[in-house]
Amino acid sequence: MAVAVGRKASQSEDLRNLNLSGHVGFDSLPDQLVNKSTTQGFCFNILCVGETGVGKSTLMDTLFNTKFEGDPATHNEPGVRLKARSYELQESNVRLKLTIVDTVGFGDQINKDDSYKPIVEYIDAQFEAYLQEELKIKRSLFNYHDTRIHACLYFIAPTGHSLKSLDLVTMKKLDSKVNIIPIIAKADTIAKNELHKFKSKIMSELVSNGVQIYQFPTDEETVAEINATMSVHLPFAVVGSTEEVKIGNKMAKARQYPWGIVQVENENHCDFVKLREMLIRVNMEDLREQTHSRHYELYRRCKLEEMGFKDTDPDSKPFSLQETYEAKRNEFLGELQKKEEEMRQMFVMRVKEKETELKEAEKELHEKFDRLKKTHQDEKKKLEEKKKEIEEEVSAFNKKKALLQSQAQQAGSQPTKKDKDKKNSSFT
Amino acid sequence: MSVRVKVGGGVPRERDGECRFAIHRQEKRLGTVAPWQQKNLEGYVGFANLPNQVYRKSVKRGFEFTLMVVGESGLGKSTLINSLFLTDLYSSEYPGPSHRIKKTVQVEQSKVLIKEGGVQLLLTIVDTPGFGDAVDNSNCWQPVIDHIDSKFEDYLNAESRVNRRQMPDNRVHCCLYFIAPSGHGLKPLDIEFMKRLHEKVNIIPLIAKADTLTPEECQQFKKQIMKEIQDHKIKIYEFPETDDEEESKIVKKIKDRLPLAVVGSNTIIEVNGKRVRGRQYPWGVAEVENGEHCDFTILRNMLIRTHMQDLKDVTNNVHYENYRSRKLAAVTYNGVDNNKNKGQLTKYDTVEGISPLAQMEEERREHVAKMKKMEMEMEQVFEMKVKEKIQKLKDSETELQRRHEQMKKNLEAQHKELEEKRRQYEEEKASWENQQRMLEQQKLDASRTLEKNKKKGKIF
Repeated sequence: MAVAVGRKASQSEDLRNLNLSGHVGFDSLPDQLVNKSTTQGFCFNILCVGETGVGKSTLMDTLFNTKFEGDPATHNEPGVRLKARSYELQESNVRLKLTIVDTVGFGDQINKDDSYKPIVEYIDAQFEAYLQEELKIKRSLFNYHDTRIHACLYFIAPTGHSLKSLDLVTMKKLDSKVNIIPIIAKADTIAKNELHKFKSKIMSELVSNGVQIYQFPTDEETVAEINATMSVHLPFAVVGSTEEVKIGNKMAKARQYPWGIVQVENENHCDFVKLREMLIRVNMEDLREQTHSRHYELYRRCKLEEMGFKDTDPDSKPFSLQETYEAKRNEFLGELQKKEEEMRQMFVMRVKEKETELKEAEKELHEKFDRLKKTHQDEKKKLEEKKKEIEEEVSAFNKKKALLQSQAQQAGSQPTKKDKDKKNSSFT
Repeated sequence: MSVRVKVGGGVPRERDGECRFAIHRQEKRLGTVAPWQQKNLEGYVGFANLPNQVYRKSVKRGFEFTLMVVGESGLGKSTLINSLFLTDLYSSEYPGPSHRIKKTVQVEQSKVLIKEGGVQLLLTIVDTPGFGDAVDNSNCWQPVIDHIDSKFEDYLNAESRVNRRQMPDNRVHCCLYFIAPSGHGLKPLDIEFMKRLHEKVNIIPLIAKADTLTPEECQQFKKQIMKEIQDHKIKIYEFPETDDEEESKIVKKIKDRLPLAVVGSNTIIEVNGKRVRGRQYPWGVAEVENGEHCDFTILRNMLIRTHMQDLKDVTNNVHYENYRSRKLAAVTYNGVDNNKNKGQLTKYDTVEGISPLAQMEEERREHVAKMKKMEMEMEQVFEMKVKEKIQKLKDSETELQRRHEQMKKNLEAQHKELEEKRRQYEEEKASWENQQRMLEQQKLDASRTLEKNKKKGKIF
């Protein structure tokens, strides 16, 4: 996609306005541009956000006058997921690559806190893909298939009262990322007087909550008027139908009720025609441009700032991509090295700690065994003493025994002598 | 069932910048391949109005174009520009390059704003006074190359800013190279210049002052020039192919008459009641806008009326991209300024598709993985060592325990031995004492009996 080429006229030193003396022919430039775009084909991506059963697929079919495939979703989805389908349409000589992204399961869960997240992630992913392509060294932007969401149709359920909190939360999250066009779905369930109140309620709620919806551009004379008149009818109350009913002598898309026929393309019945005008016939290109120059640029800026890039301030030398990349790289490598060092340090510390621990344990063990050893030694000593004691006793006993025995022997050989002695002793 | 969105197929890009011309054309024509589902519309939708929307927006934005004219002085460059744009870009107030001869080649630009049919064009004419006019013209193309590169650099920097505003496109979209009408062939300077610039800018070679050549001479000259261009592999601006019959015919016609032989004039002369731009000679009037006199109309139609947008596109998609990829490739990888490898994307070819940021991401991921591995390894080694040490400790504990047990057993054995001994001794003692007592008793009994007997008077 061509980058927005703007012209800051006049500020150059010698910019002269010259008159032409004849037909040069560069007034064909817009035609040359248009021819090129037409040959390349156009592409448009719509995101439909709304609860299951609110009529998203039917409306798409009605808008683009064709039956896109798909079975209606159930209410049992565990979470919100996005389903994208692509089609190639042709009208007269214009080829359009249309991608319709559906939010399946939106509003069905009991806890809807995270419902908006998959949507935001999807939109960001498309921006990211484009950004990555744009940042590649060898890139090919001119035939890049743009998948960024150009318009988000937000389907409001026709309660007749006000916006649901899920709606407000989701739209608030999306308004800085995509062009939001709120529409009231299944508008044939709201009576005319209720509709007016409903619309004003919705618009005032959007304003008071600071939700920025897509503004139809009013800066170009050719479209300013029609855009201004249409904006008054926001949000568009639409009815979709792919069935045709005979009205008068023509077949028209309509819904047949017992009490009447709701004609889709009748401006008194619903705002379908207005939506088609605004979305497709008048502002499709502007939607694409806004996506590229505003939403994408915002995303890109945030992403780059996150990565630490910034424009150098005006008084230093002009921004040089090369230098920034180099600086970034060096910083990055430094960071990695630091991390490595840190990890190593941590390990060294752990090792030291563990070592001291183990040493402590070892010391304790040795101490314990030293004590045991000492106890042993003490005991041994005691035993030794006892042994000595006994041995002494034994030897004493043996000596005594031996002595007595020898005595006995002596006495035994002279028993009378003993008696004699005894006698003698008794007489004296 | 859902059909996933697919990026447009088309022909894979060639890596070499040289083939980009061809691929650019082909891809524009082919669009995307069929994973898209074709649907037929059954009624009015309204996107057929898209081209009108694009038209409106482009008119509102306005257009820009930068044209460079290069050639020796006196070849009629200023006059041709004035004739082309039907305005006095160069006048006595703003003299053309030949009147501003400098000692060295300068590159100067003048901006004019012209309007026609509601369309505004900011035209920048870059001229090179002094080109080829010196005696020694070596490197006289260098200021030109520098100028073109600096415009690319400006655009690249503007595009790379974080806060991007509307970027004015000051890149040189087309270079008209004026060949002197010698009638023989290209001069060495011509060849050198074109060889050095053909990959930076769209070159359209022109034969200047073609009214000095007769049609036959002109034909000869043209053939000679084209042959030399081919021999030297110079890539001049290639006209895009179209599917349209009409356009194809026109393109073919242009191609046959390359290089275009032009005549310019600032004066209007009356010929047969018509006022035309032309050059009055004694023998007649050479009309600028007469297709039989020169190829001026072809040049104007091609440059302004039909291919101006394409010239800008080729500059943006081919020349600028070549510059950009070379510039960025020099930055990435090791942060070392690889400017010496300019143009040779050899070992970096494998990652050419990656942006520097993505590459840093990749490196970060690699590093994280590496660190994890290192951490794991260190952890393992640590665990192992700890286990070893603990094991050793356990072993020495068991050893010491064992010894302790042994000693205890030893002591117990000794204890028992001692007990035994004591018991034995006690036993012996007891028995001996018993024996002694018995003996004593016997003795006592014996002595008593003796006493008794004595008493009885047996012994007198």
